[in-house]
Amino acid sequence: MEILVCVRRVPDTSENEIELNSSGDIERNELVYSINEPDNYAVEEALQIASKVGGNVTVATVGGEDDEEVLRREMAMGAHHGVLISDEAFRGSDGRGIATILKAFVQKANYDLVLTGVQAEDGGAQIGGMLAALLDYPFASLVNSIEVLDGHQLKISREIEGGNKELSEIDLPCVLSIQTGINEPRYVGMRGIRQVASVPIPTFSAAQLGIDGSNVGEAAANVKRVDYFVPSLGQGAEILHGSREENIDKVLELVAAKGGLK
Amino acid sequence: MQDLQAVAQLTSWLATGRTLFLLIHLLGVALFSYIVARRLVPLIRGERDFRFDRPWFRLGRVLKYWLGQWKQPRYRAAGTLHIFIFAGFLVLAIRAFSVLIVGVSRNFVMPGLSGSAGQIYGMVTDYAASIVFLCMVIAIVRRVVFKPARYAVPERYRKRQSADAIFLLGLIALLMLADSLFAAVAATVQTPQGPPVEAVAVLSLPWIMRNVLVAVPLPVLGRLYFGAYLVHELTFYFLLCYRPFGIQFHVETSLFNIYFAKLDREILKPVRYGISDQQLDQVKSFGVKTFEDFTWKHMLDFYSCADCGRCSDNCPANAVGRPLSPRFITTKARDYSFEHYPVFGRVKNGKALLGTIYSADEIWSCTTCGACEQECPLLVEYIDKIVDLRRGLVDEGNVPQSLQKPLKALEARGNPYGKMEKKRADWASSRKLETCGIKTLDHRDGAETLYFVDSITSYDERMQAIGRATANILDHIGEKFGILGAAERDSGHEVRRFGEETLFLALRDHNAEAIKASGVQRIVTADPHAYNALKHDYQDVPPVEHLSEVIARAVERGKIKFNPVENEKDVYTYHDPCYLGRHNQIYDAPREVLDAIPGLTRVEMSRSRDRSFCCGGGGLMLFYEPKEEQRMGVKRVQMAAEAGANVIVTACPFCMVNMEDAIKVAGMEGKMTAIDLAELVDRQIARKCPESRAEQASEIKECVTASSHSLN
Repeated sequence: MEILVCVRRVPDTSENEIELNSSGDIERNELVYSINEPDNYAVEEALQIASKVGGNVTVATVGGEDDEEVLRREMAMGAHHGVLISDEAFRGSDGRGIATILKAFVQKANYDLVLTGVQAEDGGAQIGGMLAALLDYPFASLVNSIEVLDGHQLKISREIEGGNKELSEIDLPCVLSIQTGINEPRYVGMRGIRQVASVPIPTFSAAQLGIDGSNVGEAAANVKRVDYFVPSLGQGAEILHGSREENIDKVLELVAAKGGLK
Repeated sequence: MQDLQAVAQLTSWLATGRTLFLLIHLLGVALFSYIVARRLVPLIRGERDFRFDRPWFRLGRVLKYWLGQWKQPRYRAAGTLHIFIFAGFLVLAIRAFSVLIVGVSRNFVMPGLSGSAGQIYGMVTDYAASIVFLCMVIAIVRRVVFKPARYAVPERYRKRQSADAIFLLGLIALLMLADSLFAAVAATVQTPQGPPVEAVAVLSLPWIMRNVLVAVPLPVLGRLYFGAYLVHELTFYFLLCYRPFGIQFHVETSLFNIYFAKLDREILKPVRYGISDQQLDQVKSFGVKTFEDFTWKHMLDFYSCADCGRCSDNCPANAVGRPLSPRFITTKARDYSFEHYPVFGRVKNGKALLGTIYSADEIWSCTTCGACEQECPLLVEYIDKIVDLRRGLVDEGNVPQSLQKPLKALEARGNPYGKMEKKRADWASSRKLETCGIKTLDHRDGAETLYFVDSITSYDERMQAIGRATANILDHIGEKFGILGAAERDSGHEVRRFGEETLFLALRDHNAEAIKASGVQRIVTADPHAYNALKHDYQDVPPVEHLSEVIARAVERGKIKFNPVENEKDVYTYHDPCYLGRHNQIYDAPREVLDAIPGLTRVEMSRSRDRSFCCGGGGLMLFYEPKEEQRMGVKRVQMAAEAGANVIVTACPFCMVNMEDAIKVAGMEGKMTAIDLAELVDRQIARKCPESRAEQASEIKECVTASSHSLN
């Protein structure tokens, strides 16, 4: 099975303190970037499928040279190919723009299965659905298990509200957005990344993919970001001042009252 | 028949004694040689391991640990028993050989043992055989009746190792009986004819037997003589050839195992012997994944283990029900080796060890505290094997999710918490500091001493107090010191011990360069893990000392005077951190410091010094979520309570985390407290004018702002 995983490089939320600068943008100078976490689960899932039924895993990202590092990390995990889709014309694309670019890439090669993370940590969970629609492929979101039935079908489960699961069958080729927790991604250390450091990563431009520059980029974006802001701290925190036993009872009571315990 | 025929001349319906015994000798020796040769096959296929240096030093260790049985008395009863058996075996070794030769050569006398020397030797061996026999009886009774807990085998291994042990003990007892009977018969026959050729020692086994045998007619004695000899022969060779199939192989291998034992235990095994750090990128596979990835010496360890259970008896992971028991790390590998490298039959292709004999949880459960290695009478190594197995897991990407985050943060930010580098020195700008700000060093500062803080003390709010106490103490004794600030990265101590060698090397190289750039002449740290890393894992950095050594020296030189403790009813106990005590033998300095504080009552826990009980492990171990029934720390604070203490003093920030957590978990809040040695010393130091503290407070703020612009 040929599997494509669309990945993205994002500021690592666990290792950064997000601060805004005077111009209203995120202060990016000291940010640490890493692979978008749900994308990492998607790549792990793709690798597990490929090792079970055979095939190749390709990771692709739309971005610039800096974004190569996440491709290398995923290649160190075991992805067979990495592809950078990069062009000046792509700068400032909105979700639909990115989906348009990826669509062109998917159509260039033949993939049986396209995976995305459930959402980018700095994004809006839109690419997967839009990409499926543009490709006219079936789509399932929030997927938390995949079983290959035969060459043409997958059995998937999706997480629905309240922690319940919904089982579906879906025809290939399709697009799935992968939920974290579907698997336990393998560890990638510096050594692994160094070992793939010299593997060439092909770059595709708008022209190579036959993308009309007027459909992507800032000019074509219909959604424009106007501001970032850090919400001010609201009221509502309740601090318990009792003995440990009293506090435990109170916490249990509060959690139960909010429906957290059944 | 006046005389007893020599066994060599005895005839039976089959052959003369000489032919029969020659045949047994040849068969026995040939079989043993073959078995040993087959046992050497995996060792030849194993990884290389350089153990051929410093022969005199190694011989010295053989004298101490092998001949001197140095570690045996740590277990009083079993150890004493073993020393007797070992001594008996040594004494009987020569006799065994001469008895064997007597079977084929009637008048053989071992060179040097003719005449009265032989008489004396004969008496000694009579006693030796009797003592060994007695020891066997006691050992069997211990196994059968008293069943010491440490010999028990958990259900999951479904193997009764005790049965094998008892069988072997029984065989040795039989050998001793046969040997004694042989001597007794000879003595009985010779007694009436003038001076005895073979005297027997009073009250020994042969002596008792001879007293019984005097009434037995000569023809029966003749048959007994032959029978005893035959039983002795067969038992001897059976034991010789059976030992390489089980725990008694250590009789043969222990000498070699101790000779080749690791000399510099504190230095971790490199990924590959003979491959430099720079060449590591070319190594295809890291660590131990299959049996053949172990070094030959590690395989020899597996053969040499006597399954005495002392390692596991002292292992904190085993004590709290984690799925790790060092003893089984060894015996499972030995069984694997016997199965895949059989004496008869073909060598089988090995599968990955993980999932067949070891589980990932088992391998991650070790805190590398070193209690097992401290105890092992045969100097079997464990930490290197665990680290090598972890290297294999890391190389395969098989790392628990709980450890992946901190490892990634260490790569990105140089600390496991993912905190910003620039905030690393924030702890140093606090009003609680006695000192007037702490310098962030660069080569222009001319500071002599670097205080290496390490991640936990830099970022953990509770442990920052240890950092400030350390700075106060260094300042008080007039040390010109500074810190690396944002240029410091995690020492990487646990990164390396968790098998992430590449990341460790990156952290080490970064720190080593920053230290060199600072131009300091020495390093002080309050963190034993950082201390151990800087001392043994780093090369070409200035000498490093643990704060407790610095304080002890300052106390001795009178640079530090203490106020008496406020509450004289408090009872203190000192908990030895593994990486200060067992791994670096710093036991006395912290105790001397405590004893220098007037009015301080100190007691020892039953497990202290080199038998200290790990509190739960440091560094990445704080992030790992082990499967366990209880926390190690809880056990430790209970030990402190049993000793009658209500204050636990330690000298390691990780111990502090574990102790304080454990006090809460054990519900001992208010009854037990934990304090770091640095904090205690800072609290007790008699400062000349205590009032100046308040005055200084206003100054501090200025200094801190002045020094807070980091140089990096």
